[in-house]
Amino acid sequence: MIWNDDFETLPREALKSLQLKRLQQTVEKVYAAVPFYRNCFDKSGIKPADIKSLDDLQRLPFTLKQDMRDSYPYGLFAVPLEQIVRIHASSGTTGKPTVVGYSRRDIDNWTELMARSFVAAGTNRGDIIHNAYGYGLFTGGLGAHYGAERVGASVIPMSGGNTKKQLMIMHDFGSTVLTCTPSYSLYLAEVAADEGIDIRQLKLKVGILGAEPWSENMRQEIENKLNIKAIDIYGLSEILGPGVGIECIEAQNGLHIWEDHFIPEIIDPETGEVLPDGEKGELVITTITKEGIPLIRYRTRDITRLIKEPCICGRTHARIERLSGRSDDMMIIRGVNVFPSQIESVLFNIEGVEPHYQLIIERDGNLDTLEIQVEVNEQTFSDEIKILQGLSNKIKKDIKDLLGVTCKVRLVEPKTIARSEGKARRVIDNRQKES
Amino acid sequence: MKVEQISIFIENKSGRLAEVTGVLGDNGINIRALSLADTSDFGILRLIVDDSEKALKVLREQQFTVSITHVIGVAVPDSPGGLTTILQILDKSGVNVEYMYAFVERSGDNAVIIFRFDDIDEAITALANNGINILPSERITSI
Repeated sequence: MIWNDDFETLPREALKSLQLKRLQQTVEKVYAAVPFYRNCFDKSGIKPADIKSLDDLQRLPFTLKQDMRDSYPYGLFAVPLEQIVRIHASSGTTGKPTVVGYSRRDIDNWTELMARSFVAAGTNRGDIIHNAYGYGLFTGGLGAHYGAERVGASVIPMSGGNTKKQLMIMHDFGSTVLTCTPSYSLYLAEVAADEGIDIRQLKLKVGILGAEPWSENMRQEIENKLNIKAIDIYGLSEILGPGVGIECIEAQNGLHIWEDHFIPEIIDPETGEVLPDGEKGELVITTITKEGIPLIRYRTRDITRLIKEPCICGRTHARIERLSGRSDDMMIIRGVNVFPSQIESVLFNIEGVEPHYQLIIERDGNLDTLEIQVEVNEQTFSDEIKILQGLSNKIKKDIKDLLGVTCKVRLVEPKTIARSEGKARRVIDNRQKES
Repeated sequence: MKVEQISIFIENKSGRLAEVTGVLGDNGINIRALSLADTSDFGILRLIVDDSEKALKVLREQQFTVSITHVIGVAVPDSPGGLTTILQILDKSGVNVEYMYAFVERSGDNAVIIFRFDDIDEAITALANNGINILPSERITSI
């Protein structure tokens, strides 16, 4: 099923000329209305009229998260506040939040893109959407909410937390679609098991999961434990919120980026150079329809690659591969680049090991140490020491073989690693404090 | 003949052992024999109790990771060389001892040794054929 046939299956040549037209309008607009961009462009010696083809996009400067912080709160808005109908902000764990404003048309476009996303994920009117993304400053809850309403589905505005009640409502109301973070979906399954609820027997058929990177193995785990199709959705508040891209249920292979609203590029995070098609690097997005906060070449820090080959679902919009991590989640341990998702996939490949883990990085003298804490469960537990030591040695060896990093594995008691109702906290890096 | 033994995963954190024994005590479960195997990070507490079903249930409720394994108890004369005879029999039959622990019966005449084997049935046959006294389960759980 496709929500908006005209745009979602637009032939690529037509899509490109639409992108160019919209890019030119956006560049004109930010140059005229946002002093930050006028300064940037002037410094680089570029005028809006220099953008004559999509290739000229590469000549424009990047926008960084720091630029948004420096413009806190409204410095990057391109329209007067009288035209802003909603304001969201990111969680701001590492400083001031980044603030985004939406015009009425922005909200309308966002709703349209979320509607496309829901339909691409195989949901439609008649579905009961259990929306466990947080409502509030975070874009997840409201973004999914309005999209679901536009599709004509029945939305339950659950928001996050209160897990037992979530399960009761899911059971009693007959929810068919779950929207939340991937780690929260597993937490729901765990609490359900403790409560004696067979979550596999509920009416749930699809989970639309996002807001944190997750591995293919975690998808298998979620699909098995909840008996649903787990669909990956991509978004970030700076660009829009959820609904920048989504997997189609037909292929479940890469996330379509809605290219009539965004232009994706892949760059080398070190040099900033645009990489050839198909290479892995940092995703950069330019918004081409946003009014409130249009962003030029925003560096997402997400690591992926672009897939431009046609998809079996019929949509012509390019896909990004499942994220392999964020360039700022990347840990450098004794000079080796390590993503939490890589460690996760090693753990998932070991029979019986559960996806509850935490990575602790310390500095011992001049040496970084990585400790992986893994919960022991009844499946991996044994009354014999050698079997448990065998398990930790196996994890150690697999990590060493795959990532080239020596780590310490610490087996811990079940439920000692904090469960998250939002984004899972996988990494505790104690090195910064000392430097 | 086989005795149920409960094993519990315990992180090396102070007070954790007391939490396990506390849960058992609060539920009126009596510990008959125990051994603790430890590594630098974690330990495995092995217990023989008077009601293993109930112990398993209450420990699981308190979120402990537990398992049940079967072991056997053998009465060994409390005199020099008593254990060697038994180990020689096992060696000849090719049965491996995974671990063992011992305590002395209240009467004081016999030591009781709890054995965990890789092949418990083979071990029982070998010991019985050589006239070794394997204690009935009730005898151990009611020590």
